[in-house]
Amino acid sequence: MSIELINLWYVAAAALFIFGLKQLGSPATAVRGNTLSAMGMFIAIAVTLLNKNILPWEWIIGATLIGGSIGAVVAQKVEMTSMPEMVALFNGSGGVASLMVGWAALYNIDNSTFTNITILLSIIIGGMTFSGSILAWGKLSEVMTSAAVVFGAQRIVNAGILIGMVACAVLFCLEPSVSSPYLYAVIGLALLFGIMAVLPIGGADMPVVISLLNSYSGLAACAAGFAINNNILIVAGSMVGAAGIILTNIMCKAMNRSLANVLFSGFGAAKQATRVEGEVKPITADDAFLILEAAQSVSFVPGYGMAVAQAQHVVRELGELLEKNGAEVSYAIHPVAGRMPGHMNVLLAEANVPYDQLVEMEDINPRIDNVDVAVVIGANDVVNPAARNDENSPIYGMPIINVDQARTVFVLKRSMASGFSGVDNPLFFGDNTRMLFGDAKQSIASVVAEFKGT
Amino acid sequence: MEAVFLALVLMLSIFLGFELISKVPATLHTPLMSGANAISGITIVGALIAAGDGSDPLATYLGAAAVMFAAINVVGGYLVTNRMLSMFKKKDSDQPGGQA
Repeated sequence: MSIELINLWYVAAAALFIFGLKQLGSPATAVRGNTLSAMGMFIAIAVTLLNKNILPWEWIIGATLIGGSIGAVVAQKVEMTSMPEMVALFNGSGGVASLMVGWAALYNIDNSTFTNITILLSIIIGGMTFSGSILAWGKLSEVMTSAAVVFGAQRIVNAGILIGMVACAVLFCLEPSVSSPYLYAVIGLALLFGIMAVLPIGGADMPVVISLLNSYSGLAACAAGFAINNNILIVAGSMVGAAGIILTNIMCKAMNRSLANVLFSGFGAAKQATRVEGEVKPITADDAFLILEAAQSVSFVPGYGMAVAQAQHVVRELGELLEKNGAEVSYAIHPVAGRMPGHMNVLLAEANVPYDQLVEMEDINPRIDNVDVAVVIGANDVVNPAARNDENSPIYGMPIINVDQARTVFVLKRSMASGFSGVDNPLFFGDNTRMLFGDAKQSIASVVAEFKGT
Repeated sequence: MEAVFLALVLMLSIFLGFELISKVPATLHTPLMSGANAISGITIVGALIAAGDGSDPLATYLGAAAVMFAAINVVGGYLVTNRMLSMFKKKDSDQPGGQA
């Protein structure tokens, strides 16, 4: 097939990617959108295989079989709670693939300086994405500490790495060669920089980091597209880049912080909030049942703790019982609840909660004072009224779900420890707050048992 | 000239990407990310081409490794996205496999 014809098919593939993303705009059409996008990918790969100057067949078949099987097994086995870890690893494999494409493209002899620059970009962005994603995976899966790692000269060290990387890249471009020591220096420094960039970011900020790395993996593909003069890589890569940037932006806004603040501040080591003291009012499952039975409208507010306790199924069961009892049930989801964008929604969807009951923060807050019972399950910072009232609080200014303005709030909590960011929560001492201590799954299950017993 | 043309493609697709993706509801942000993982597997096309004429065995090894990593993204990304999206059900619709 001629290059022109192949490029024409690439246009068709790009159109399918675009339609696919468009249909992702609603849960009703999203499955079809994903299929369209997959068809686009199939076309792009198939016509590339008709090109004469490609990798030897035995290598293509071997590599595709190995990679494809790994992907298929992971996709079938992964738990919905572990989705952030999986996306982090996929970001990483996209990054390392771009690094290698760039590296392989250096073996073409007649590269222009512009091409060499784009090759280096794809190596640098790909390398950073790879090592950063592996570190993010380590933090998410708690193989290592998920806390922010901050040390004194961090910024100076990072600036040094960055300058060194740019210097090596320039030296490489002056005398490009696959055996240039500067090439290895650039690869090494890019990998190091990825690690250094993710180190100072704490666990609660992970949604931002995964989104950003997602974006980088697309930009790396984009740079690889420039390196080998291929338009489908540029189109697809920039779509992924845009998706990541948009999500990053939404996450930052939902925390009322700038991207720079998330990336560099080492959150949590900051100022001390005004200490809140007071008496908590514990409640038993029996009492909780009596209040819920009388409630006309109930809103569940899930957080990462729900995922940890695997409580989503019992929560859905309780939601259904409450509906049968005549109450209006909704699930209010803060944009940064969980460890990645939309994490809670997927968990609840897995537990068969219909998506029309999943409401966003902006929708629930105006009518929160009509909610009889707000049930907070494993969420903390996203419902902390200090974000609204206490100027000294490290999370001051962050938009929250105003559960404290509901008629009654149940907080399901293991014990009286503070949340992920280590911030005290005055919600626990509120007049209308009742604490249901213990494992979230067991607490909800005992309320469900009460409902079934009557 | 080629570079200018590619830059034009880049600019247009970034704008289009922003338009399309800002309309994706928060509920679908996780599938959006895994779907983006799958699309970023487009690097597989680059990997097939980049190793090119096969003059140097090292380029072939790099290309093959890149094909493998990108294939993880393509296959894994689309399958897991499909798995997740199939879980999103509207109320009162049939729920195959769900408990009554």
